[in-house]
Amino acid sequence: MESIGVLMACPMNPYLEQELHKRFNLHRFWKVPEKSAFLTAHSNSIRAVVGNASAGADANLIEALPKLEIVASFSVGLDKIDLAKCKEKGIRVTNTPDVLTEDVADLAIALMLAVLRKLCESDRYVRSGKWKKGKYMLTTKFTGKRVGIIGLGRIGMAIAKRAEAFSCPISYHSRTEKPEAKYKYYPNVVELAANCDILVVACSLTEETRHIINRKVIDAMGPKGVLINVGRGPHVDEPELVSALVEGRLGGAGLDVFEHEPEVPEELFGLDNVVLLPHVGSGTVETRKAMADLVLGNLEAHFLKKPLLTPVV
Amino acid sequence: MNNIGVLMTCPMLEYLEKQLEARFKLFKAWNLSSSKPDFFKKHSNSIKAVVGDTTVGADAALIDSLPNLEIVASYSVGLDKIDLEKCKEKGINVTNTPDVLTDDVADLCIGLALAVLRKICVCDQFVKSGNWINGDLGLASKFSGKSVGIVGLGRIGSAIAKRSEAFNCHISYHSRSEKPNTNYKYYSNIVDLAANCQILIVACALTEETHHIVNRKVIDALGPKGILINIGRGAHVDEPELVSALLEGRLGGAGLDVFENEPDVPEELLALENVVLVPHVGSDTEETSKAMADLVISNLEAHFKGEALLTPVT
Repeated sequence: MESIGVLMACPMNPYLEQELHKRFNLHRFWKVPEKSAFLTAHSNSIRAVVGNASAGADANLIEALPKLEIVASFSVGLDKIDLAKCKEKGIRVTNTPDVLTEDVADLAIALMLAVLRKLCESDRYVRSGKWKKGKYMLTTKFTGKRVGIIGLGRIGMAIAKRAEAFSCPISYHSRTEKPEAKYKYYPNVVELAANCDILVVACSLTEETRHIINRKVIDAMGPKGVLINVGRGPHVDEPELVSALVEGRLGGAGLDVFEHEPEVPEELFGLDNVVLLPHVGSGTVETRKAMADLVLGNLEAHFLKKPLLTPVV
Repeated sequence: MNNIGVLMTCPMLEYLEKQLEARFKLFKAWNLSSSKPDFFKKHSNSIKAVVGDTTVGADAALIDSLPNLEIVASYSVGLDKIDLEKCKEKGINVTNTPDVLTDDVADLCIGLALAVLRKICVCDQFVKSGNWINGDLGLASKFSGKSVGIVGLGRIGSAIAKRSEAFNCHISYHSRSEKPNTNYKYYSNIVDLAANCQILIVACALTEETHHIVNRKVIDALGPKGILINIGRGAHVDEPELVSALLEGRLGGAGLDVFENEPDVPEELLALENVVLVPHVGSDTEETSKAMADLVISNLEAHFKGEALLTPVT
């Protein structure tokens, strides 16, 4: 398969890069100075694109690669792939579900604990020597708080399972009610927000869910409410979130994703009720290897004409 | 009851102070109106209760100086700062604050484990210092599915186990005796426990037997990928051994809420990225501190009314 051209959209994982280089004719898109010239030169040999949460395969890229057969995403999210276009052209799409579910759910709980118990702030307090001068302030109990989840897919369910162990009553909003889940369903996000203490975004990013967290939802959450976002930055109207936090209209936030990564609104940096992470939801050694193996497995299956492991389209 | 003398050993919670002042004749040991000897000369006979905590309790010297002491009500579940022998000898009642703080301490334990493995504090600092635009951080370690070893399977240890199970962690434990009715694997000695888990958690009471229960042998058994979480007492761990193990990479990381000489923390730990250090905040939430204070008050009232104590220590 060494003659098959594979285009890697951006740096994502050294192990994945190495393996792709070994098995295919790998092109590293981020090293290409003149992208359109490059695409013209290689349009007949590139049969696969490997993308991730930062860079995928939009309509322009797909159009520029007439021999494209498969887009294998190093992510579970598909918002950077023009799925309609892929469907139209018969291009297969795979992602990395399941292998990263636990890591993302773990991170959601970690953010809840870190925000409510001010873990990072109190760690800073110790390191700066302030403990010698006096006790740290009281924080907020996590056990028993009502957790509202937007999106009850694999990740949402894994978050619910963990939160239940902390005796948190669980409620959720999603496109349709899931009767097998024994959690309370709210047909709209504002009602969910008004009836929980911690609101978690765990749904996929689509046209419908863009800015699903808007001013109305933030108002419904109120000055004691805490927002956790382990979805995508565009799920949240970021300027609205920032002013709510700065003005004290929202109690706190734990954010792993932002509208314009790696840029993060600086007004958030000094707030002690906010925990900010650099999109590390699946960022563990164990999980990234599993994700990479899944990408490689899907590509091999495709080119050996076997069934894809985790197809989306 | 306003003429019953109550001695509070140190500042703990304003709400508790106010409640005590409203009901009793409260003396604040850190804020005496006269010198210590003069104070005791004048008031020691009228003091019938001591309210202590994890910092200052009731040692033999204090107990001996209060001839009419009837009850020590601790604003904590830990009793290591109270001379229990002396209290038993003199027929002095002792109460503490179990149950109301179990959840908070267990929550903090999981919070510390997640923070260490997923580098939460390092990441938060990375973003807040504006460094993300220069590139990503390295990868962290997964928490779900790791094997958890708990030292002490009491209320807090069990609450930690319950939470860890939801993360698909395999649970094993060590305690003085095996507990019936659990599915968790028991190890009769702590070195075996440490050798067979990835995250070792200290959740037992501090007694003479458990002093430095986490020593060099245990740390060696836990190994360079092992993580230690201490939400018990600083004295459970041989701190200098822990510090060198971390500095030399013989231990993978640590999440610590307690230290041998609080509020002093070994300086060498302050620069390490694989440790999370918090200032003994296990039960320090608004909700729980109020519940603990209410329990202290209720125990004192019950005692002075001749009613059954709510949470006596036997």
